[in-house]
Amino acid sequence: MQGMMGRLLLLGGALCVVAAAAQAEEVKRGGTAVIHMVSEQGVLNPALRASTGVYQISGKFMEPLIDKTYDGYVGVLATEWSSSADGKAITFKLREGVKWHDGKPFTCDDVAFTAMNLWKKLLNYSTTLQANLEAVDCPTPYTAVFKYSKPMPLELLVAAMPDLGHPVPKHLYEGTDILKNPYNQKPVGTGPFKFVEYKRGEYIIAERNKDYWRGKQYPYLDRVIWRFIPDKAAAAAALEAGEIHESGFNGISMEDMVRLSKDPRFDVGSKGFENNVAHSTVEFNLRNPILADIRVRQAIYHALDIDFALKTIMRGYGKPGRGPIPSTAGANYTDNVPTYAYDLDKAKALLDEAGYKPDANGTRFKLKHRPAPWGEYTQLWGEYYAQALKKIGIAVELVTNDAPGFLNGVYRDHDFDTANGWHQFRADPAVSTTVWLRSGAPVGTAWSNQFGYKSDKMDGLIDAAAAELDPAKRAGLYHQVQKLEMTDLPVIFAIEHPFLAITSKKLKNHHNTPRWDSSSWYDLWLDQ
Amino acid sequence: MSLPVPPLLTYTVRRVVQAIPIIILIMIGSFLLIKLAPGDTVDALVGDMGGADPAFIARLRAEYGLDESVMVQLWRYMLKLAQFDFGWSYVYEQPVITVLMSRIGNTMLLMASSLAMAFTFGVALGAIAARRAYSWTDNMISTLGLVFYAMPSFFLSLLLILIFSVKLGWLPVGGIRTIGAFKTGWADVADVARHLVMPTAALSLIYLAFYMRLMRTSVLEVMDLDFVRTARAKGAGGARLMFHHVMRNALLPVVTLLGLQFSTVLGGSVIVETIFSLPGIGQLAYTSVVKRDLNTLMGIIAISSIIVVIVNVVTDLVYAWLDPRIELK
Repeated sequence: MQGMMGRLLLLGGALCVVAAAAQAEEVKRGGTAVIHMVSEQGVLNPALRASTGVYQISGKFMEPLIDKTYDGYVGVLATEWSSSADGKAITFKLREGVKWHDGKPFTCDDVAFTAMNLWKKLLNYSTTLQANLEAVDCPTPYTAVFKYSKPMPLELLVAAMPDLGHPVPKHLYEGTDILKNPYNQKPVGTGPFKFVEYKRGEYIIAERNKDYWRGKQYPYLDRVIWRFIPDKAAAAAALEAGEIHESGFNGISMEDMVRLSKDPRFDVGSKGFENNVAHSTVEFNLRNPILADIRVRQAIYHALDIDFALKTIMRGYGKPGRGPIPSTAGANYTDNVPTYAYDLDKAKALLDEAGYKPDANGTRFKLKHRPAPWGEYTQLWGEYYAQALKKIGIAVELVTNDAPGFLNGVYRDHDFDTANGWHQFRADPAVSTTVWLRSGAPVGTAWSNQFGYKSDKMDGLIDAAAAELDPAKRAGLYHQVQKLEMTDLPVIFAIEHPFLAITSKKLKNHHNTPRWDSSSWYDLWLDQ
Repeated sequence: MSLPVPPLLTYTVRRVVQAIPIIILIMIGSFLLIKLAPGDTVDALVGDMGGADPAFIARLRAEYGLDESVMVQLWRYMLKLAQFDFGWSYVYEQPVITVLMSRIGNTMLLMASSLAMAFTFGVALGAIAARRAYSWTDNMISTLGLVFYAMPSFFLSLLLILIFSVKLGWLPVGGIRTIGAFKTGWADVADVARHLVMPTAALSLIYLAFYMRLMRTSVLEVMDLDFVRTARAKGAGGARLMFHHVMRNALLPVVTLLGLQFSTVLGGSVIVETIFSLPGIGQLAYTSVVKRDLNTLMGIIAISSIIVVIVNVVTDLVYAWLDPRIELK
């Protein structure tokens, strides 16, 4: 009897497990996901334009060699990678049996062609990354060997690949003017979705790739449509009306974001943006003798109530910055750095010590400040900065411009005392971070050291880290970079924040990788 | 023996020929004005991408011809324009003429429906208000007109979206068609019409208020004139007096305003098209300014100035038809 009961219980238990598994995997196929985009993209080729706006769309058509997941780096078009002992040859094993959307096979020829002609010559950030790339050999159709004239850390190349490692089909690009190639606007890739139509100012349509290499069951969706809605309030209304399913990269205003986060129909959060972390910054022009004094820069840091800004501007989505490398950077990050707590008395004392006493009106000196127009965060952070500095007797004049005006004013003309914008971290400090601190950047290069900061020690650390092959030693060098930056303060990397997305709960498996909006969405499905 | 040329034709041709130097001046002025704005399309592009290295930026500038002096760029542009070549849009990566042609239909549709609605209802309501001057009806119409007049179009647009799309779910939030529905024939026409209801309302209400107030004043004025009294004495009653004698004369100032306001409606469409994400010229103008897409912007200015010139000529012709005393010289 007891045996029978036991068996029944066991059977019941087994059934429960089966039922639970079935429920978790009960994927509904078909349907169309409609995604909000704020601005249009002229070029839909991620091997020509490294930009999240491009990846958001092109990521569904074109796949990188390696992608980043919550379990680390995983192969997409590559399956294995290794480096020679001297770091001058990096070998990728490529996935076999992958076809381009036009039916031609994907091979090493495509990788070699793209690397030499697009990644090395035309792709922003990649031209610097691949500057020492001499050749890509194809010993077999599915083996690509990258040859470098100077050692290339494998860790750096792998970290850069999800963004800067999309091959294009050689047979459609070879012998053409690559920049004017029509396939830049109607991409042909290997991804789970095929490009159908781009109606300028309205939408882009993608349809299911029936021949996707991950298997016949993928992708689950029939179609993906991106709708261009430039007005953020209208986009929020479209979400509420159920016309669009997702808006990423802070596509609607924070006010609407907070309001809709209480609506049970939506998921709001920063999950899925760990790879796209940005810092809200304060940038100093060290050519100004007042700001050249380290005590003044320290005083300004002490005058900023970071927690207040986090609560009011970022609505709690973010954390205080600890120098140029964000906490999501893995081993290259350390929080063992000097910090500057909110302390007005200390700030005033430092300014007194530097010799800037308040006049009759309580003003010590004036600064011309340029806030970047990168949306709500930077605008409000600039306004907060001006208010905060008033409290310690620094008068701040805000000079507002649109994007081209700001970039020229700060990075080319150096016509500013302080500026605030953001620094976007791209997987590895060597990709887009160390240029903020290394001296010798040509005048006019946006997002580079145009602050007049020059430190031989800093330059030495950056150069050593870029060529260091041992990951542990490399991480140690970047910790030193972080400490030195927090000591010298050429820039205040005040707040670290990921982007935010709002997603309809009808979408399942959403934001399940650290660069989800840029990824291929082969496992996304719609519950309707 | 020479063929008699109708005066209407000579007038029209002369007006069009006169417009050419004006358009050239507009183009040169706009070009220089846009060049005065800090930064160029490469800066905007790089800002959009989140940064790029100097080699990339220099290569793009050379590619777009932005490394030349402003005067050389202007000269090149005008030379191309003389051959009706609007150039290449580096933002859309298409010829400017393709970009413009795909948009102009939507804007014309929006403008025509908005102006038609504003004109018809404005004139009708204005006439009714004047007929019942200082009555309860008049007060109501006039107050409503004032509300429409005072309401900024961006606010009205969002209000309409909130009520009719979010709360009631009757009308689509934006766009020109239901994307992915691939409707054809009358179903497509109905779909487009549904998408145009709110933008048309948002764009037309302010002009409706204009025409209404003007028509009301104008009718009141004409009704006091001698010929109306004569007509009334002859026994012309109610409807005939109103339509044949009063309104035809009262319409003159309204038509003048209609012609003048055509260009401001074009301006107003920038806001309405942006909020309703309607792919028209107005929305294109907005994104082109933000992205410093010089060629597209210049193309829009050229097209707009041509449209405005044509409308002005047509207005003059309508004027002469309404009032035979006015001669076209």
